[in-house]
Amino acid sequence: MTTEERMWTARLRNRATRALPPDQLLPDRQPAYVASWIYVFGVATLAALLVVLVSGGILALEGPQWYHGSPQGHFVNSLHLWSVELFFFTMVIHLWGKFFMAAWRGHRAMTWVTGAIAFLGSIGTAFTGYLVQSNFDSQWISTQAKDGLNSVGVGAWFNVLNYGQMLLFHVVLFPLVLGFLVIWHVLLVRRRGVVPPFADEAAAATPVPQAPQGEEVAS
Amino acid sequence: MSMTTRERRSAVLGVITLLTVVLAVVFGSPDKHAISLAEWARNAPNDFVTTAVAELDGSSGTATYGAPYVNDPTAGQKLGPLPLQRFGGVREPVDTAQDFVIGPLSTVTSDPALRSALARYQGASDDQRKAWTGAYADALGKAPDNDPAKVATGDYGPVPLLAGRLLDLARSGGLDGQLLSSGGFYQTDYAKPLLFIADGTYLEDQARAEHLGGDQWGMMNETGGYPGQAWLWLYTFWYQIPPFSSSDNADALVWALMMVLSLALVLLPFIPGLRSIPRATRVYRLIWREHYRTNR
Repeated sequence: MTTEERMWTARLRNRATRALPPDQLLPDRQPAYVASWIYVFGVATLAALLVVLVSGGILALEGPQWYHGSPQGHFVNSLHLWSVELFFFTMVIHLWGKFFMAAWRGHRAMTWVTGAIAFLGSIGTAFTGYLVQSNFDSQWISTQAKDGLNSVGVGAWFNVLNYGQMLLFHVVLFPLVLGFLVIWHVLLVRRRGVVPPFADEAAAATPVPQAPQGEEVAS
Repeated sequence: MSMTTRERRSAVLGVITLLTVVLAVVFGSPDKHAISLAEWARNAPNDFVTTAVAELDGSSGTATYGAPYVNDPTAGQKLGPLPLQRFGGVREPVDTAQDFVIGPLSTVTSDPALRSALARYQGASDDQRKAWTGAYADALGKAPDNDPAKVATGDYGPVPLLAGRLLDLARSGGLDGQLLSSGGFYQTDYAKPLLFIADGTYLEDQARAEHLGGDQWGMMNETGGYPGQAWLWLYTFWYQIPPFSSSDNADALVWALMMVLSLALVLLPFIPGLRSIPRATRVYRLIWREHYRTNR
């Protein structure tokens, strides 16, 4: 092994390239069966997440009290709310779609696992968002939710009555974890590819068309 | 002409962004202002006084809560034989009489009657204090509308004056600052004012009027007709049905159940039976309808 090959940067690059060649990481074609409408919801979930991050970023830029007193702030808060609603709506359809496709087949179990954890993490992240609105909803939700967390002994660490802690959970801690999970999930999708149809009585007779023969469709 | 992968991704992003903007413009977002202690004291003085006496008496929801606020080995929810709530320890200690009533009143130095009442209360034995607060709490409960002005005469010691002065302090807005400023200049922990407000009925009355009660699927809703956290429907669902709806350990039971269900979701690919549902239900033939038609 040469000195260059022993360097960690070279080893990491080689390993990454082997695991995810550029045409697999950023494909421009997908198998023909990806033409199904259900595949749109994975991309739609990511698109909604992007809108969530941008609108949340603007709210963070102006500070947590901005949207109570300014029409502009209230509008950005509304964008943040509705993008979250769309994020969950598209993600739940994506999840059900992947369930009925048994998308964990063909060494794709980890893709399912990371996606499911990201779904649960999204629920926690959105929940902390409701706690840091600093309005009546925050008061009511936090005083109700404390009982659930306290009942299993974690309420002092995940203290929903502590506005400062919840704000940091919402804008730093949870998005970091969620971002890591989402990137991991997407890279696994790229590495393993989308799950092919069940090879049942119809498909068994004909091999599933694979890239690059398939038509160009969204993934 | 068919779109490329990149064009379709951009189109999806465009649609989602446009939908977000349209929904935000048409529906906006809820922002019902937070309730302050001052607002509570002004709008529901009888409830405020009743709650303050319960805090002094040690019979309020917070005073009898157990961990993480109060050291009470008999309090707290259990999961079967496991006292999970107690396992967390008392990491956010709250002395409701001192923190919510005596402490704030002790900062008022310009009121001789209050100073005298405080001295009398603090100089009394625990049994005497308990007798005063218990008798006054009972009398308030029996008074029309729980009105302190209509309480029957009795030996309540300095308790009525203390409760009345706390009401005055709260009405002036002073108590909001007092409960928040117990640890220094910068504050981010609203535990004490929130616990105090939640011990009364005013907050819950407001919430129930907005259909946010625990038996109204309240955890997943928000003020107004907004969808709220619809994704919490399963968590909220368990609270609506027995045995959870009538259990003293409902939160621990629901949390344990949701942990098991969440684990099952994550590990679905490895669970025999569950992982075979997609093949058995054949919904996939609808998803890949085009594929199966072209490959027939």
